[in-house]
Amino acid sequence: MANVFATIGNWVNERAPGLMPVYRKHMTEYYAPKNFNFWYYFGVLAIVVLVNQILTGIFLTMNYKPSAAEAFASVEYIMRDVEWGWLIRYMHSTGASLFFVVIYLHMFRGLMYGSFKKPRELVWLLGMLIFLVLMAEAFMGYVLPWGNMSFWGAKVIISLFGTIPYIGDSLVEWIMGDYLPADATLNRFFALHVIALPLVLLLLVVLHIFALHEVGSNNPDGVEIKKGPKGNRWSPDKPADGIPFHPYYTVHDIVGVGFFLLIAAFIIFYAPTFGGWFLEHDNFLPANNLATPTHIKPVWYFTPFYAILRMVPSFFGTAIWGVLAMFGAIVLLFLLPWIDAGKVKSVRYRGLGFKVALGLFALSFIMLAAVGAGVTAELIPEWFGADADATFIENLFGRIWTAVYFGFFVFLWFYSRGMEKTKPVPERVTMHE
Amino acid sequence: MANDAVVDKSRRRFLTATTAVVGGAGAVLAAIPFVKSWEPSARAKSAGAPVLADISKIEPGQKVTFEWRGLPVFVVNRTKAQLDALAGEDARLRDPKSENTAQQPAYAQNEARSIKPEWLVIVGICTHLGCVPDFFPELKPEPFDPNWKGGFYCPCHKSRYDMAGRVFEGVPAPANLAVPKYHFVDDAHILIGVDPEGKA
Repeated sequence: MANVFATIGNWVNERAPGLMPVYRKHMTEYYAPKNFNFWYYFGVLAIVVLVNQILTGIFLTMNYKPSAAEAFASVEYIMRDVEWGWLIRYMHSTGASLFFVVIYLHMFRGLMYGSFKKPRELVWLLGMLIFLVLMAEAFMGYVLPWGNMSFWGAKVIISLFGTIPYIGDSLVEWIMGDYLPADATLNRFFALHVIALPLVLLLLVVLHIFALHEVGSNNPDGVEIKKGPKGNRWSPDKPADGIPFHPYYTVHDIVGVGFFLLIAAFIIFYAPTFGGWFLEHDNFLPANNLATPTHIKPVWYFTPFYAILRMVPSFFGTAIWGVLAMFGAIVLLFLLPWIDAGKVKSVRYRGLGFKVALGLFALSFIMLAAVGAGVTAELIPEWFGADADATFIENLFGRIWTAVYFGFFVFLWFYSRGMEKTKPVPERVTMHE
Repeated sequence: MANDAVVDKSRRRFLTATTAVVGGAGAVLAAIPFVKSWEPSARAKSAGAPVLADISKIEPGQKVTFEWRGLPVFVVNRTKAQLDALAGEDARLRDPKSENTAQQPAYAQNEARSIKPEWLVIVGICTHLGCVPDFFPELKPEPFDPNWKGGFYCPCHKSRYDMAGRVFEGVPAPANLAVPKYHFVDDAHILIGVDPEGKA
């Protein structure tokens, strides 16, 4: 049997001698730093979730009907009548939320250990593009069941484009293909969700990984293993602090993936809607263009950006400022490699100011998520009494955390240009023996 | 062909540039049908016809919603108390005189924002992000406003409008609720989507 594989392998190799070296460079003999910690699981977990989304997505399209008249019922049909349909659908919907859990932690890892800094700016930019496409993908996916929150979520998000001066109104009509989110809108979102965006997403993921493998992975110490001593027991000219991806990290990652799948299975089996956080209650009612849900709120992963949108008031007769602030919150992340001029990468050796700022930034993200999800609106009457001016308190709270979010970038610009007192960075990764 | 022959670089540049421009123009032109295919279709456009609304059964203080172009159009029979309260609100409103002419036809640019004062005809779409505001007709303190004199409250982002659809200061919505084109066919019917005769 082994002989047959070897024969086939040789046959392919003779005809395409370039394939094996690529496979070795990116998989088996990719030298990754030895000192990866817990935070380095989230890249591979993102790939696992992506595969899950594609696989379950393909099977969902086999029973889903992308028309305003049939979509809602077809999803219920999948849930009730299709054999194992409920599992495939919950794997897809839970996967969407876990995708963002994993991606946000993956991005935070990058912030913490300075993985966005030179020479990895391109890796960061490609990653941010993936994040952007993923948000579009998730938004359109949420519209497809054509529940009432699908409809109103679509309406609110598409209306964001209506705030653009002059072209806004016709742009909104163009996106919807009607005067309100309708059959045409649902149908085109389906096409984008299942064909166009996944293709873009896959291409970007491949480029993200290729770009990473050109420069090599960063690590919790933020030292470049390629600049450290050479030679290890597999190769005399590879970094001493590197270790071949296979079998060391493949086996290491399988453990992480196993643990992750355990958590995912628990959610899918016991809490698939996650108390209204993964699938909102209002989305179990069919779309109704004449009845707005009491609280329109996006799924949790959009809530921080949604809060920023809400917290910025309109002035000069237009609501565009909130929209600009919301997109600005994402654009600033793109620009991070140039905002942060600090030479030291890892939070382990950066100044106290950076540690505090990063902590506050993460906290602002969580607090804004709470505002965007309506948690604060619920709690304020409880905490301040029913006759308190809830709108005022919520706005004050939300605006303070919006300021913290944007303040992080402003602070980082100045702090990393002279004020920061860093600790000495070690020559090699700290756990090299 | 000798390798060391002199290359005419300007000729090469010209050919490269013209090919790129012609190719680029072709790509842009080829994109037009695909971009235009996203416009509302003929079927969607024809569904936007005017709507005749029977208002004879709407009691004072009551709101009835008609659907025009997929938009909820609120028709409210305002009471005297509600109309009287309109005058006192100016200081709290963003555009009390309805000076933003995009939000109503000229024949509805008055305090009641209507043709006949008691009849409010208004598109029930919040000017912030397009939600449908809820109707709070009573002149009594509400959780969102202790000085409430009746009006509309958007559940999405807490924008407030008075009984004439005029937006309050300090809320996310930038403009008053839109008044659609409409006219009275007779005392019991209005036609939504068409201006009164002789008025544009």
